Amino acid sequence: MRAIRPKTRTHAREHIVTIDTDSAPRIMFSGENLLMEDLPVGTRVIYPKRPMTGVANPRATIRYALNHPEDSDPLHAMLSPGMKVTIAVDDISMPLPIMRAPDARQLVLEIVCEMLADHGVDDVHIIIALGLHRRMHDWEIKRMVGQKVWDEYWPERLYNHDGCDPDGMVVLGHTPHGELVEMNRRVAESDLTIYVNLNFVPMNGGHKSMAVGLCGYESLKAHHNPKAIVASNSFMDPPKSYLSHSFKRQGQLIERTLKVFHIETVLNNRAFDGPLSFLTKNEDDFTEGDRLKFAGMKWALDRLPFTARREMFMRTPAAYELIACYAGAPDPSHDKTVAKLNEQNCVEVNGPADILLMGIPYISPYNVNSKALNPLLVQVMALGYFYHMYRNQPILRDGGVLILTHPCSDRFDPVHHPSYIEFFNRVLTETTDSYTLETKYQDEFAYNPSYVEMYRRGNAYHGAHPFFMWYWGQRGREKTSRVIVVGADNATVPAIMGWESAGSIAEAIAMARGTMGRSAQITMLHHPPYMISDVM
Amino acid sequence: MHGEAKYKNSAAFYDVDGTLIKTNIVHSFAFYASRHASFAKSAMSTVKTAASVPVFWAADKLSRKWFNEIFYKSYAGWSEDRLFELSEELFTEVIKPNIYPRARDLIEESRRAGCRQVFLSGALDFTMRPLARYLGADDLLANKLEFVDGYATGKLQKPFIAGATKADVMRAYAKQHGIDLGESWAYSDSFSDYPMLAVVGHPTACNPDFRLRSTARSYDWPVLELDEEPARAADRRPQGFASTRKAFGPIRSLRRGRGEVNH
Repeated sequence: MRAIRPKTRTHAREHIVTIDTDSAPRIMFSGENLLMEDLPVGTRVIYPKRPMTGVANPRATIRYALNHPEDSDPLHAMLSPGMKVTIAVDDISMPLPIMRAPDARQLVLEIVCEMLADHGVDDVHIIIALGLHRRMHDWEIKRMVGQKVWDEYWPERLYNHDGCDPDGMVVLGHTPHGELVEMNRRVAESDLTIYVNLNFVPMNGGHKSMAVGLCGYESLKAHHNPKAIVASNSFMDPPKSYLSHSFKRQGQLIERTLKVFHIETVLNNRAFDGPLSFLTKNEDDFTEGDRLKFAGMKWALDRLPFTARREMFMRTPAAYELIACYAGAPDPSHDKTVAKLNEQNCVEVNGPADILLMGIPYISPYNVNSKALNPLLVQVMALGYFYHMYRNQPILRDGGVLILTHPCSDRFDPVHHPSYIEFFNRVLTETTDSYTLETKYQDEFAYNPSYVEMYRRGNAYHGAHPFFMWYWGQRGREKTSRVIVVGADNATVPAIMGWESAGSIAEAIAMARGTMGRSAQITMLHHPPYMISDVM
Repeated sequence: MHGEAKYKNSAAFYDVDGTLIKTNIVHSFAFYASRHASFAKSAMSTVKTAASVPVFWAADKLSRKWFNEIFYKSYAGWSEDRLFELSEELFTEVIKPNIYPRARDLIEESRRAGCRQVFLSGALDFTMRPLARYLGADDLLANKLEFVDGYATGKLQKPFIAGATKADVMRAYAKQHGIDLGESWAYSDSFSDYPMLAVVGHPTACNPDFRLRSTARSYDWPVLELDEEPARAADRRPQGFASTRKAFGPIRSLRRGRGEVNH
C-alpha cells in the first residue's frame, strides 16, 4: 500500500481542495472498509467544516431555552398539577453514528421530567416517536434516555409509538390539500405534548417531528411518495422541499388541534475524534501519526471478517456536542435550528459537478445496530441523502454521472428489514418504476399481516418502508444519466438497481468521461461527516 | 387507518403444533394416557407411552405416514365420548398454557387484514377444537380418528393430514371457499410443511427448525418468532404517578440544598 504523501496546503478555503500533481490520495468509505484513491488532477474535493465548539454547559443551555422559548410561554408556565402530559422523543435514526452518552435527548428528558415533577404533573408518558421505523430495542432506549428516566418510566410509561395500532391512533383531520393527519391517541388526548428532537440535518425537526414521528401509514402516504420526492429540490433546503411543505401543512393542523411545545437540540459534526480523527482531515495535512493510524486501520479492516468490521464501527460512538437548543413554537424555533445547522454544515461551492464521487459509509438512518447496510439503503444513501445534500442548485448537474464506492453485498437483516428482502428480490426485479411500485404493490406490503406483526411486536421496519426508501432516490435517479458503483462484490445487486459496475475509480471515471467528456468537472464529497454544498 | 380489511379472498393457514403452541400430539396422548378410569391403567399407559417415545421419534424421522400409523394405534379402544369429554380439560391444562406469546396477535393482525383463519393440523380434531375456538379460527382442518361403535380403532380417516397432503387439502379448501392461494398466507415451524408453505403466495416460517430457517433464508421468506415475548408492549394506562416525585425528588432536594449552601 502506498503512503499518503505529505504536502503543504496552500488553498484559501480549507474545505475545498483541488487535486494537483503532487496531491495525496484521498480516503473514501466503502461500506465497512476504507479505500485510498488517487484522483485526477483538477478534481475538487469538498470537506465538511470543522466542528463548531459545543456549548460549555449543555444543561444550562437547555434550561435557558425552556425558560426563554420562541413565540410561546415558558414550559413551566404551561404546567399545572394533574394535567396529562406526553413527551415524544426522536428515535435512534439520528444522529449517525450514535453519540456518546449522555445523549442530548437524555439531558433534555432529565430536565423536563424534573420540571414536571416539580409542578405536580404525574400523568406523564414518554413515547419514542418512530413513525414507521422499527421499534427500538429496550437496551437502545435505555442508552438513549439514561438510567434515571429508564428506571422511572420503563415500560409502562416509556414505550415505542405504534402507527398500526387500530385503537392507538386517531384522525385529526385533513389539510386544505387533502392530506390526512393521523395522530397517536395518547398524544391526541394529552393536555400538553412536549416534543424533544435531535437535529442533525435540516430536513428533520420542526413540523416533521409531530407529523411523521407520531403518525400512521395512511397519513405518511401524503408525502412519502415519488411525486413529492421529485418535487423536492432539495430535502435539505426546506423552503424548496415539497416534503417540508407537506410536513408543515400537517404540522399546522396538529398545532391548531393540540397544544405542543417543541424542544430542538442541535449537534455539531464531530463524527470522529481521538484515534479516528484523521478520517475528517485533509489528507495533504496528514502527519506521520495519521498515516500510521490509517495504515494500521486499513491493514486490520482488510483482514477482519465482515461482522467484526461492522461491530467495530457500530461500537464507536461519535463525539457530537450540543451547539444550540431552541424551544417553543415549531416555526420560529426550527428556523433558528436550521440556521445553526447551515452554519455548521453548509460549504460554499462554485458551480455544480459533471461527475460526482462519493464513498458510501457503513451506516444510514435505518440500519443502526442492524447486520448490514442492505442494497436499498446503499441506494437511499447515494441517490436519496447524499445526492440531496445541496442548496440553491444540485451539486451534480442534471444529466451528470454519479460514482459511488460500496461492495453492494446481497446482505439484509431479517429481523430489522424483512419486507426489504421481498421487495428487493420479488418486486424490484419486476419493475424499478416508483409510480408503478406505489400503485401496484405498496399497500400489499403495508397490510401484509406478517409484516404488520413484525413491526408492531418485533423490531422490523414497517412493510411499506422499502418502498419509501426506493422513492427517496427517485429525484436522484431521474436527474442523473448514469450511476456507476465501484467495488461491488457481485453483479446482480447493481444490475437490479439499474447501476453499472466498475473495478476501480479510474475505470469509473473513464466510463463517466465517456458520457460527460474529457473536460468534465469532477467533484468528490469527502464524508462522513456529511456537508451541505451551497452551490452558487 | 388500519380499520378496513384489505384482503377479501385470502386465507391464513396455520400449522398448529410448534407454530402456535409449544406442545405436540405426543403431549396430548400423554395427557389421555394419564386419565384412565383406574390408577393402575393410567400408570401402565403412561409408562408405555414414555417407553414408546424413541419408537415414535424414529418413525417420525423415517416417514410421517409410518409415525401416524404407529402413533394413532395407541388410541385403539378409547371411547369416543371420553376422548371428546377430556378434550376441554386437555386444552385448559396442557394446551392453553403453552400457546406462544405472539400467536394470538398474529391471528388478530391477519383477521384485521381480512384473511380467513384456518388451522391445518396433523393432530386430532377433537384435541384442536377448543384451541381453534379460543383463538378464533374460522375453520379447523385436522386428522380424524376412525370410530366403530363409539370406540377408536386406532386408525385415521383418510386423507392423513401431513406433508404434501396439507397442500392438497389447502387447494381443495381454496376451491371450495373461493380463496386465492396466491394472495394467502401459510405459517409453519417445520420443514416437513414445505409443501404447505410453497403453495401460497406469502409463506412465513414461524419459530422454524434449522432446515426451514435455511430454506426461508434461501427463498426470502419472512421469519416470525412467535415464541418470543412481544418487545415489551407497554400498558398504556397511566400508573405509578406517585413514584415520579419520588424519583426526581432527590434531584430537587440536592439542587435546593446546594442553593442554600451557596447563600
